[in-house]
Amino acid sequence: MAPISDLRDEARMIASIVAGESHLFHELIRPYERRVYVMALSFRNLASFRGEAKFGTWLVSITLNEARSRIRHRDTIKMESLDEPPDDEGPISPALLRDWREIPSEVLERKEVSLLLHQAVTALPPIYREVFTLRDVEGMSVNEAAGALDISIASVKVRLHRARMMLQKTLAPQLKRISPKRRWWTWS
Amino acid sequence: MVIDCKHVWAHISGYLDQNLPPEVLEQVQKHLEHCEICSAILDSTRNILILTADERVFELPLGFSERLHARLEQEIDGMS
Repeated sequence: MAPISDLRDEARMIASIVAGESHLFHELIRPYERRVYVMALSFRNLASFRGEAKFGTWLVSITLNEARSRIRHRDTIKMESLDEPPDDEGPISPALLRDWREIPSEVLERKEVSLLLHQAVTALPPIYREVFTLRDVEGMSVNEAAGALDISIASVKVRLHRARMMLQKTLAPQLKRISPKRRWWTWS
Repeated sequence: MVIDCKHVWAHISGYLDQNLPPEVLEQVQKHLEHCEICSAILDSTRNILILTADERVFELPLGFSERLHARLEQEIDGMS
């Protein structure tokens, strides 16, 4: 699927907005509403705006920034250095399920399954949740995620791996209980 | 070189993203051919990624779009 920014001339839209056609901002942001919502669930490690960034990447940054400043203002979060493990912490052992059975996507019709997934992602420590949501929920490339979060590509890869392993450990046993007998997609 | 399960787990993310160096990829694939546990871990991780990427998991709450645009309008008015 082509990125939204490849399907329309966002640079021209932005130029028009800057020139005074402020109502166009609604059209500019409309395809990104879901991204704004998903990013509102994340709130740390913001990059400063980069003129060369795509609008979608920039939007992630300002959304994260806004969410973080509001949360800070409410003084409801701990400092990152105290409540998050460093990137180089030891490996995470995955859930060992010899008889893992794959689960059909139709299970998402069941609200409790969506809720389980939602809860597991939002329960990740922020530095892992950010990378996971950008890469695996929003489909950004590793490079784009690194740019939006202002971290190195290597850090994105390390955090992504840890996030995925944490989710596997949490979710695999829960999903297996929900649909223990069916197989789903074949490995490709 | 033969690698054990823990080494394979360390490469699961890279395997899924298809960015492992060729020699590591070969070692991981050889291991997966005979290790049922690692194959299951790989499948479960991949399937979890497929599920969490489904739009229904992070569905926009009812009225989110209207509230977002109303707030934008408010901000735009405030700037002019």
